[in-house]
Amino acid sequence: MNDFYIILTASLVASSCALLGCFLILRRMAMVGDAISHAVLPGIVLAFLFSGSRDSVTMLIGAGLIGVFTTFLIEFFHKKARLQTDAAIGVTFTWLFAVGVVLISIFAGKVDLDQDCVLYGEIAYVPLDVIISPAGANLGPKAIYVMGFVLTVIIIFIVTGYKELFLTTFDPAYASAIGISTSLWHYLLMSAVSVTTVSSFESVGAILVVALLIAPAATAYLLTDNFKWMLALACTAGVLASLTGYYFAVWLDGSIAGAIAAMSGIIFGLAMVFSPTHGLFFKKLRQVAH
Amino acid sequence: MNSLAEFFSFADPNIRYVVLGSVLLTASSAIVGTFTFLNKRSLIGDAIAHAVLPGICLGFIVAGTKNPLVLIVGAFITGWLSLIVVEYINRKTRIKEDTAIGLVLSVFFGIGILMLTVIQKSGNASQSGLDHFLFGKAAALVGSDLFAFLIVALILLVVVYVLFKEFALMAFDKAYAKSIGYPVRALELILTSLIVLAVVIGIQAVGVVLMAAILITPAAAARFWTDKIVVMVLLASAFGAFSGLTGAYISFVAPAMPTGPWIVIVISMIAFISFFLAPKRGVVYRLIRQNNIRQTINNENVLKVLYQLGEENKNFFIHRHLDEIIRRRKYEKSTLQSILRRLLNQGYVEQTGNLWSLTEEGKNKAQRVVKIHRLWELYLTTYMKIAPDHVHEDAETIEHLLTPELEAELEKQLGYAKLDPHQTKIPYQHE
Repeated sequence: MNDFYIILTASLVASSCALLGCFLILRRMAMVGDAISHAVLPGIVLAFLFSGSRDSVTMLIGAGLIGVFTTFLIEFFHKKARLQTDAAIGVTFTWLFAVGVVLISIFAGKVDLDQDCVLYGEIAYVPLDVIISPAGANLGPKAIYVMGFVLTVIIIFIVTGYKELFLTTFDPAYASAIGISTSLWHYLLMSAVSVTTVSSFESVGAILVVALLIAPAATAYLLTDNFKWMLALACTAGVLASLTGYYFAVWLDGSIAGAIAAMSGIIFGLAMVFSPTHGLFFKKLRQVAH
Repeated sequence: MNSLAEFFSFADPNIRYVVLGSVLLTASSAIVGTFTFLNKRSLIGDAIAHAVLPGICLGFIVAGTKNPLVLIVGAFITGWLSLIVVEYINRKTRIKEDTAIGLVLSVFFGIGILMLTVIQKSGNASQSGLDHFLFGKAAALVGSDLFAFLIVALILLVVVYVLFKEFALMAFDKAYAKSIGYPVRALELILTSLIVLAVVIGIQAVGVVLMAAILITPAAAARFWTDKIVVMVLLASAFGAFSGLTGAYISFVAPAMPTGPWIVIVISMIAFISFFLAPKRGVVYRLIRQNNIRQTINNENVLKVLYQLGEENKNFFIHRHLDEIIRRRKYEKSTLQSILRRLLNQGYVEQTGNLWSLTEEGKNKAQRVVKIHRLWELYLTTYMKIAPDHVHEDAETIEHLLTPELEAELEKQLGYAKLDPHQTKIPYQHE
């Protein structure tokens, strides 16, 4: 049963990340996603201090705000201080991450977070933190409820805002011409990324979140030209990475998060070579046939 | 202040190691980072920092001990490999570079974490301390670390010193460097190797995630103070060294404080101060400058309206009501009032009750603006062959910008023409 709980949690995280990742990589904002996933750390520590627990609504709201703040800061440095984009991203997220680590050291006694957990999470402990009903029945791990809720929110967000998200991603000029606010949807998307990052943080850590944001979406991007298919394929790739990664980690007796990240890379590699439309192997074949 | 004296006497060898180590690392990384920054490859540094982890683990698995040389070789291999993979994905597939960087960064790091956890559970006693590569251990530097740092820092410094001219040219104009016969590819290889080297030793001080900061942030800060690359490199290394020293001091005073993150916080603060307050490029300076320009333009436009009204009445010194000006050029009443008050202070207009008029000085200034406007319209129609009904917008801008030298040149070129393309008189000062 524990295996199932861990794989389910990882799959829920992977699906949320994969859906958002599709928008990120098409908007050329993969590294902004990376930056947000690191920059939410001080927000997590502060929210933890104020609310005293890790899975509160306060934390999700705080996370959304920090994500928007990070995006805003990057854009501010780029547009107002005319710093090149890559440096604006690098300076912003390292600063916020450093602040987070220092906050953890200052409140070491009060905050139940350690640095290792921040980087690669503790998904193996997911089954231990269960919800017990008032009647005393075991309702299953809390993380599954949290991540299930987040995934539902993300799906509702994408379904209701599909037209706006689609247009602002592919044709921002047309979108603003028909009255869609590109910056509003930009910031909404970034808030969604930070909420996902924060809620996944505890179970999978900062790095796996980045891997799951980028790798499955990039895999799907190589397999199809249809955006709806891309969303579906990205989720599939994410779930597949979770499943194979888990057993890989069990086999090696190593970090589950690390193994899932590694598997998502391998799945990408396979798509890169064997994708029927964009794969290197079939491209070569077609060249030879010509 | 006792702790300050104790710290800066450097009597304690531990303090000496930590301070020297941090300063060496941050200063030499900042020098290499300046070129990374100028090549717009800041995030590549981040990718390498994450990608060396599996190499370090691999080195450990091969050697069975934490032999620094083997670890560095391992780190070098995967650091390089990550760059090759990023470039390969970028070139061969339709994946964009930023996605490729993020992908490689997280996957390599995931593999590294996997290997690290496997090693930790393997029961090999000498593995303890490998995780220092994750978060750094600047506060626990010892003599032997220092020796390795010193060598690496020396290599970085010497190579950058010898190839300075080549690196500088590559950063600014790669195509030109290629055309005059520089071995661009080889130079790129050397520069990337230097980055990998800086990363490999740097992460031992500040850890994987924050490594990008000590490469890039000093350079980003230095860029705001100078346009000269030599000065920029020196400034970046000074900023780096200062943050290294301060970070070491903070963790000396408060031993629970991690050195690495404090180094990054200090260098970030220097960068933020630079972004905002640096002369010429800083946000505050530019805002002030923009505001000044806006004020000048508004002032000149209002003077111009008063002058044009004067032309119609053949008398430049009539006292006029605000509404008369607004009918000519749209302003909020309050804005117009503040512009006029500014002009009053500068002596260009006079106020009697709620009526305003030009002074002699104001008339001359307005006349110059109007003259340039009409001369420019004439210039555009005669020399650029632009239709007379298309030249007004352009002249509206240039009238505020032209220097006296160009003004004289323009008058001469047009032979002190009497009329502009709309057959209006061009007013010269001496008439």
